[in-house]
Amino acid sequence: MIALDWYLALSAILFTIGVIGVLTRKNAIVIFMCAELMLNAVNLSLVSFSAHLGDVHGQILVFFSLCVAAAEAAVGLAIIIAIFRNNLSVDITRINLLRW
Amino acid sequence: MVTYLFILFATLAIAAALAMVLNRSTVNSALFLVLNMLSIAGIYLLLKAQFLAVVQVLVYAGAIMVLFLFVIMLLNVEDEEAVLDKINFRYIISVILGVVVLSYLLYIAGSMADALPPVAEDMAQVGTVEAIGDELFSTYILPLEITAILLTAAVVGAIMMAQHKFK
Repeated sequence: MIALDWYLALSAILFTIGVIGVLTRKNAIVIFMCAELMLNAVNLSLVSFSAHLGDVHGQILVFFSLCVAAAEAAVGLAIIIAIFRNNLSVDITRINLLRW
Repeated sequence: MVTYLFILFATLAIAAALAMVLNRSTVNSALFLVLNMLSIAGIYLLLKAQFLAVVQVLVYAGAIMVLFLFVIMLLNVEDEEAVLDKINFRYIISVILGVVVLSYLLYIAGSMADALPPVAEDMAQVGTVEAIGDELFSTYILPLEITAILLTAAVVGAIMMAQHKFK
């Protein structure tokens, strides 16, 4: 069995890739996918803690986080569709109505 | 054996995540995200969380990614210019910030390395559908119902917002 550190390191690396993706990409859909990647990384660390403590509660928290992620994906994509309808673009540099 | 599988899945997950961020085409990014999520499901299996591995494949790699692909198809998004073409100020700042986040997370994980628990013996019983269902439908019954309401509200809200004439 692998030590917990390795799972946490993998989770940290995936989270960082997600952060860099959110900061560098311009396409709103890809930014959204990077947010999903970060959610997944945190889920991974929750599951590995749960496995190493022999405690089921961490996995239940991951289950609820999956449900919230599904709801968030549906609403977020609806927002992206609505923005595309108004702007004809999902490029975040061209969506600047609320930007100072 | 477990070690080799972990290395395989971890490499696959990191490579797919990197490919997702660096790819120009949105569709390819979505497909790499599917690969990433499948390898994370494999890691869940290594951690003996069978239920979550199946749910990960069904909900994330199945439902959510189909939603993403449908929206990409619907919007007909043009490809971005290659991400690494021109190195500008924004990318440098982003990468520096990423390195800071990574080193901070690794520092936290490393500083408590001695306090981390050893592998639990009875893990094989914890991740099963039975154990999770037991807990979910007794202790966590109220959050479960609230989640149902949340999903209904999200679906109604999504349909409302994506309508053509939004009133």
